[in-house]
Amino acid sequence: MTAPRPAPGATPTTALGRDLLRPLKLFALFFRIGALNELQYRANLAVQLFQSGIALATGLAVLGLVFGQTTNLGGWTQSELLAVMGVHILMGGLIQTAIQPNMERLMTDVRQGTLDFILTKPEDAQVMISVREFRIWQAVDIIVGAIVLAIAVAQLDTGLGLGAALIFAGTLILGAVMIYCVWLLLTTAAFWIVRMDELHELFEGIYQSGRWPVTIYPGWLRISLTFLVPIAFAVTVPAEALTSRLTIDTLALAAAFAVGLFLVTRWFWRIGLRNYSGASS
Amino acid sequence: MTTTAPTIGRGPLASIRGWFGLYTTQMRIAILSQIQYRVSNYFYMIGMVTEPVIYLVVWSTVARQQGGEVGGFTPGEFAAYYIVWTLVRNMNIALTPWAWEERVRGGELGGMLLKPVHPIHLDLAGLAGWKAVVILLWLPIAAFLSLIFQPTYSIDPIDVVVFLVAIWGAYVLRSMFLWLLGLVTFWTTRVGPVFDIFFTAELLLSGRLVPMSLMPDWAQRVADFLPFQWTFGFPIEALIGRLPADQLLGGLAMQLLWIAISASIVAVSWRLAVMRFSAVGG
Repeated sequence: MTAPRPAPGATPTTALGRDLLRPLKLFALFFRIGALNELQYRANLAVQLFQSGIALATGLAVLGLVFGQTTNLGGWTQSELLAVMGVHILMGGLIQTAIQPNMERLMTDVRQGTLDFILTKPEDAQVMISVREFRIWQAVDIIVGAIVLAIAVAQLDTGLGLGAALIFAGTLILGAVMIYCVWLLLTTAAFWIVRMDELHELFEGIYQSGRWPVTIYPGWLRISLTFLVPIAFAVTVPAEALTSRLTIDTLALAAAFAVGLFLVTRWFWRIGLRNYSGASS
Repeated sequence: MTTTAPTIGRGPLASIRGWFGLYTTQMRIAILSQIQYRVSNYFYMIGMVTEPVIYLVVWSTVARQQGGEVGGFTPGEFAAYYIVWTLVRNMNIALTPWAWEERVRGGELGGMLLKPVHPIHLDLAGLAGWKAVVILLWLPIAAFLSLIFQPTYSIDPIDVVVFLVAIWGAYVLRSMFLWLLGLVTFWTTRVGPVFDIFFTAELLLSGRLVPMSLMPDWAQRVADFLPFQWTFGFPIEALIGRLPADQLLGGLAMQLLWIAISASIVAVSWRLAVMRFSAVGG
């Protein structure tokens, strides 16, 4: 079964503007539904706070262990590594809030054949599957990450100018786009390999490597963590922007790679969709 | 499945044969079903292997910066520690306590209660079978890691013998504790925080994060009163040749002691838990 093209009756001139806004509107709508749904379970906030607190304490303990033995790790000082940790927690929160829940639902839908319900809707299927789920309590990590970042930046000798802050925000968005793409690329494989339960374990495992700057890893691993699973772009590059390490070349590479990866993901998603046979066949 | 109990005939020999049959059958089923999901299992493996590789890279970087050694470990010894870690981790994987939520809520437990054996045997045997598949998939990963990170071992035959016993001890011991943790589900639905505390304590005090010799003294003393290090650090250090004979045997004895303690608690709490359980649907 193929996805029907959306927006019948729209004239070509207005369609473009509307097409660009529609994903955002859908996003806002589903976000509201998701939030309302989770607001019923307020005790989960306490649970999430507790879990984030434990994770933070563990992270700090590990950092303390390392810096109990040395004064810098691969050229990064303790407060610089705290900044890396802040970005890592923040990005992790973003992934858990908005990216991973959608991808897990997509996996289930493909396995059970319930993706049919998405394909029959007059919206772009990729947009639909990407905005359906939000776990708002996971956003606690976004806030925790931001606090850790603020503390780290306050400790840095260099401080943080407005320009660097904007570039930091830009690299963060690029990183999030790349992580989304990789998740969707892997999830799209579910159209062929039906059982992918362990995918989130795989991703979470690999994501942990971002806790440290990728520059400390040996070459083959560093390259994998840059281009195969772009943890480098998602965590290390934003942290480099904060610690005055980012070069214009790296920034350009991040932008180009994000665009390229997005186009490849879109293409692969469409091929995967063609391979989907639905629940009734 | 027929209605005959696992014991055929009478006497201790028949009983042993019954248990043996039960375990081998469960293991065979697990092997046959898991071998079908190679991609899924490899995903899991790669995700799992990332964790020790991160620790290894961080600590060998520290060791090199400190003139080639930290906490009594050279980069090569760290490599040995964390490569053996991957095998021990595979071996000590037990039923996740999260599985109990589904079992209790979904009513799957009703079916388990009908079987004539304690359900922990089915879990122990099933996961033991899965390990056979996982170890098969692990071999190329271990070879790859050894090639890259150049571990240095000094292994005696006794280390190997103790290790082969200790990894199964670690598996049984960790299974008991995770089972106990899972049983908490019978009393509360908010199990997440309890599990978190357990796994965090385990991460820090078992040798999973770093060899125990790198932990502060007070943490090492606390760890001595807890079961965690016998499921991670002990089997690893046994194989890489860091323990003298008395500590090797002492470690096995500690495993046995903790297994006895935890198995008794499992036996009692299981009875209490079942009393609280009321099956849904059918």
